[in-house]
Amino acid sequence: MTVNLATRTTPMPLAGGLAWRLVERNLLVYRRIWLLIVSGFFEPVFYLLSLGVGIGALVGTVAGPDGRAIEYTAFVAPALLAASAMNGAVYDSTMNVFFKLKYAKTYDAMLSTPLGPADIAVGEILWAQLRGTLYSATFLLVMAALGLIDSWWALLALPATMLIGLAFAAVGMAATSFMRGWQDFEFVQLAILPMFLFSTTFFPLSVYPRPLQLVVQLTPLFHGIELVRPLTTGAGIGIGLLGHALYFVGLAAIGLAVTARRLEKLLLK
Amino acid sequence: MTEPDPAEQLVHARGLTKRFGDFTAVDGIDVDVRRGEAFGFLGPNGAGKSSTMRMIACVSPVTDGTLRVLGRDPATDGAWIRGRLGVVPQEDSLDLELTVRENLLVYGRYFGLPKPLIRERAEELLDFVQLTDKRDAKVDALSGGMKRRLTIARSLINEPEVLLLDEPTTGLDPQARHVLWDRLFRLKQQGVTLILTTHYMDEAEQLCDRLVVMDKAHIVAEGSPAELIGQWSAREVVEVRFAPGDHEAMAGKVEDLGSRVEVLPDRLLLYTEDGDAAAAAVHERGLHPVGLLVRRSTLEDVFLRLTGRTLVD
Repeated sequence: MTVNLATRTTPMPLAGGLAWRLVERNLLVYRRIWLLIVSGFFEPVFYLLSLGVGIGALVGTVAGPDGRAIEYTAFVAPALLAASAMNGAVYDSTMNVFFKLKYAKTYDAMLSTPLGPADIAVGEILWAQLRGTLYSATFLLVMAALGLIDSWWALLALPATMLIGLAFAAVGMAATSFMRGWQDFEFVQLAILPMFLFSTTFFPLSVYPRPLQLVVQLTPLFHGIELVRPLTTGAGIGIGLLGHALYFVGLAAIGLAVTARRLEKLLLK
Repeated sequence: MTEPDPAEQLVHARGLTKRFGDFTAVDGIDVDVRRGEAFGFLGPNGAGKSSTMRMIACVSPVTDGTLRVLGRDPATDGAWIRGRLGVVPQEDSLDLELTVRENLLVYGRYFGLPKPLIRERAEELLDFVQLTDKRDAKVDALSGGMKRRLTIARSLINEPEVLLLDEPTTGLDPQARHVLWDRLFRLKQQGVTLILTTHYMDEAEQLCDRLVVMDKAHIVAEGSPAELIGQWSAREVVEVRFAPGDHEAMAGKVEDLGSRVEVLPDRLLLYTEDGDAAAAAVHERGLHPVGLLVRRSTLEDVFLRLTGRTLVD
């Protein structure tokens, strides 16, 4: 049995391209319900307008990544960008995947074809990440239109958000593979919402007492914001950004490996 | 047992075993399926049919024993084998988020087939399963029989060498079953090897050239429907009804008229080579049955003899 496990999971078939067939399938499905995708884009835009622009008018400036003062809106916008990548990826890799896994038997049908559990993991994570990318790209355009991009480094913000989305999709799908029922998705909300509110999205790390700072620094979204904020503001660009990027590479790899293993265990009984 | 040509032997199992923890679902069975035949696994619920099918379909690792499908080992060549199989699962697993035609198109893509080829095959298959006028309908809107037919069409998109059908007509009305049987019969004529599980004896008699009867994880009988009837039942069965409660007593008075007599709560079953002669003898002995019926022996008789009349859940 262990031999089977090894031979079925090890060749991560990105190169084989079969995983893209899942992306094709999802594109076909969403072509009819594109409105559902569009709605997900508005959420961070509304936050940007209300908190960034609205409250920003009261707050004025805050300390940016390099300590110099920047406009509050320019401070919040990149954080919302990272959060939109997270949300887009998590939407698809949790609820939608769970439905296909437990109820629609979508993956059982796929496994009667040359597709294996690893293809399914890669395919769904790619798709969730693409959805996250779509949100990030449009949000970046909104930022540009509102004059919230202050640096050419911002060009790297898109690949950065793609990486963030990939990691969140992989971890989201891995977590979903452990879910027993719909009520378990409360835990996803329990993780996402505080992360969204407190990972230096709306105020800098310095407002927290030291012990809480350490907790915040452990959250993935914190690393996402630390990665993206210097890129769009052009302040605090340094080698440290690579560290945050590597953090997400590692997270994505772990999430993908766990997902493939779990799918194999759940589907190939 | 002489080993047939491996190229003609599409499934080859020796001592095939599947265990789930302490529970043994399949216990060391030997099976050979030859190219072009329709092969059936018969058995009550929980006999191990579906577990065997899942192992052949390369979606369930073999616990013990040898299994070769199309000459290869599912443990190492699973994807290669699955690319050449068609699978009709027990539970419909159609993609509810897609239309009838899209189900075929997308499924074909999972096999890595080029789009123009899939489009062409999809039209042919929709015609074959009589769903052309439903091509743009949502799967949800289809009847049970239509869903089954679509599942069969989907399983044929890669032009499989072997079609695996797990209880293909369970839950269908008689009309839908006959349409399905007709399609399966045509496939068989086209040379597709069929492997199916069923607990419907008429289905097995209609479709299978050869079958095995499974009970409690073992194979208990093997052969063509006619061979099995010859071996485990008699040619004809006389069903004799007496007044309620008399059957046990009457069994002794007729048991010499056939090879075997079985007592049921409401009737006696007399297994015999010549039903009319036995029926006449019952009357000659002045036993005055309330009712009497001579019928041909069926696989159902074999099945009940081999697997018992006790309810299996």
